[in-house]
Amino acid sequence: MLSSIMSIINTTLMYSTPLIFGAMSGVVSENAGVVNVGIEGIMTFGAFVGAAVGFYTQNPWLGLLSGSLAGVILVVLHAVASVNFKADQTISGMALNFIGPGLSLFLCRLLFKNKTTTTRIANKLPKIFGLVDVTVLLALLITILLWFVLYRTKWGLRIRSVGEHPAAADTLGINVTKVRCTSVIVSGFLAGAGGAAMTLGVVSQFTPTAISGQGFIALAAVIFGKWKPQGAYGACLLFALAQALAVTFGGGRIDIPSEFLSMLPYVLTIVVLILFVGRSMAPSANGKPYKKGKR
Amino acid sequence: MQRLIKILKKPITSTFLAIIFGILVAGAILFFSGYSPIMAFNTLLKGIFSRPKYVLKVIEKSTPIILTGISVAFAFKTGLFNIGAEGQYIIGSVVAMMVGVSLRLPAIYQVPIIFFAGMLSGVIYGGLIGILKAKFGIHEVITGIMLNWIAFYLCNFVVDSQTFHKPSTMRSLSINDSGFTTLFYKWKISKEGIEYLRQNKWLSEVLLKTDINAGILLAVVVAIIVWFLLYKTSLGYSIRAVGNNAKAAEFAGIGVKRNIMAAMTISGAICGLAAAITITGVSPHAIYKLSMFENIGFNGLFVALIARTSPIGCILSGLFFGALNYGGNALQMDLGIPSEIISITMGSVLFFVALSGVVPMVANKLAKRREKNVE
Repeated sequence: MLSSIMSIINTTLMYSTPLIFGAMSGVVSENAGVVNVGIEGIMTFGAFVGAAVGFYTQNPWLGLLSGSLAGVILVVLHAVASVNFKADQTISGMALNFIGPGLSLFLCRLLFKNKTTTTRIANKLPKIFGLVDVTVLLALLITILLWFVLYRTKWGLRIRSVGEHPAAADTLGINVTKVRCTSVIVSGFLAGAGGAAMTLGVVSQFTPTAISGQGFIALAAVIFGKWKPQGAYGACLLFALAQALAVTFGGGRIDIPSEFLSMLPYVLTIVVLILFVGRSMAPSANGKPYKKGKR
Repeated sequence: MQRLIKILKKPITSTFLAIIFGILVAGAILFFSGYSPIMAFNTLLKGIFSRPKYVLKVIEKSTPIILTGISVAFAFKTGLFNIGAEGQYIIGSVVAMMVGVSLRLPAIYQVPIIFFAGMLSGVIYGGLIGILKAKFGIHEVITGIMLNWIAFYLCNFVVDSQTFHKPSTMRSLSINDSGFTTLFYKWKISKEGIEYLRQNKWLSEVLLKTDINAGILLAVVVAIIVWFLLYKTSLGYSIRAVGNNAKAAEFAGIGVKRNIMAAMTISGAICGLAAAITITGVSPHAIYKLSMFENIGFNGLFVALIARTSPIGCILSGLFFGALNYGGNALQMDLGIPSEIISITMGSVLFFVALSGVVPMVANKLAKRREKNVE
């Protein structure tokens, strides 16, 4: 009994970590008023670069850093298009979902003898006390840091103000373009880290399915958590817990077809939303490019 | 000059420019990876156009994504991001398959019933997103993503179930052949048909190596109906009003909730239709066990965005998408270029479409400079 509870907790933490990174990525950019539907694509690219660098340098930390920077490189496209050129944020975000996975697999085939998986890394990211992945702790720290920055610092106030009412922020002398660009770049950094956390902490190599939907689930978790870091963190944990339950009780331990157990996290999310969470209000200017002089 | 400015201001111009730039970026990536972009482009075109079989295959593969594209575009008009198109398509194909396997009626009943079943399940699945959004205020992106996965596992459950599983395969049973909409299907496998086709090489390639069906015509009809619905009816007017400014629409007495539900219902129906066309028209007339999403609905997002949510434009962008995807196989087989270059191309095209607001801006600047010169 105790061991299965321990294994549920462990699995929950393991599954939740990439989601939390992805969700924090969404929280940063959406609070600044830029929708980032490309998290999935960025995570995939981060996952590949992280695994590849981790393999070549034998250093998972360098891999994690490279994965995050890869996320930044990709997200710069989104930042330039959506903030500087006032492009439609959904379109330029979706573009990343094609470019990220495409580029990852393309480079993977070039570097790893036409295979779509990287060679397994020798050193994964370490575990704390041999129990939980260090990325679990990192995810928690980032969430706390993000909460602190958003609600307790001048910077956070600026980020939220350009997300709520960019015109008002502009008249107060806040550089809307700069704040939004910075937020989107941080968003890319976090999403890239989330991808790399998956391939360096959990599965130890990049495969085409290493990131399969986590970016979208993270997107949902942002909305579920009402655009707050702590809310999104909770949403990710809840979701991962449901997944862990499905895995633990699957494999014939309960007389329910495994497919229905696998549905559990998704059904649970909808049910929880109906019963407890309800209407969610996005930051007012979320998704709208800011054009000077327009009300 | 004036003409140039006029041309630049047309949305279709910036879309074409986006496509050209996207292809150039992909070419540059190929060049730096040591492949010849010219050869790649040639092979791609050959892989799409060099044989009638290829062209027909492209059309066949494009049909469902044209429709999911129209579905997504329609929801966009109400301001809804129907990321759940994938699930609506999956559910549509699951139910269409189940009905097609279970019933054995004459074609005149069988086909419409399968289409009805596919569309109805799409309606229910899409409508659910609409209801949850309208009544409980739950964001359509969340429900869409969750319902996609639920459909995914439901599909695998049905494929693996005793009733529908085809033994020792990864797929379900095929529907009864009275439900096939493949053109000349009966004649193709009849004695005269085989005899005749043996003598006519061109026709045999067209008919035997492809699953040519009337789906594409249906997709065109749907595009026209949706266009008519959006721009020539009062329902379309209120749907667009809600999409443009929900508050203003509410003040004008247009029910926001009702229109959200209506839009999602119709959007779901179109996805279900796409599924029914595939199940009845394309062999093996069955569904497969999924290990990943097939992306028919997700690609609809791409199609709708490239078309800038114009239903008629979805036909062209869907064909473009289908052609690239199909031609990409030739790149891999003939030149050994990773076919993922196609995803990169598509992403770049989409990126330039996002940037394409710049083109009319340039046109405006040109116009202004001209005015100054005249003065």
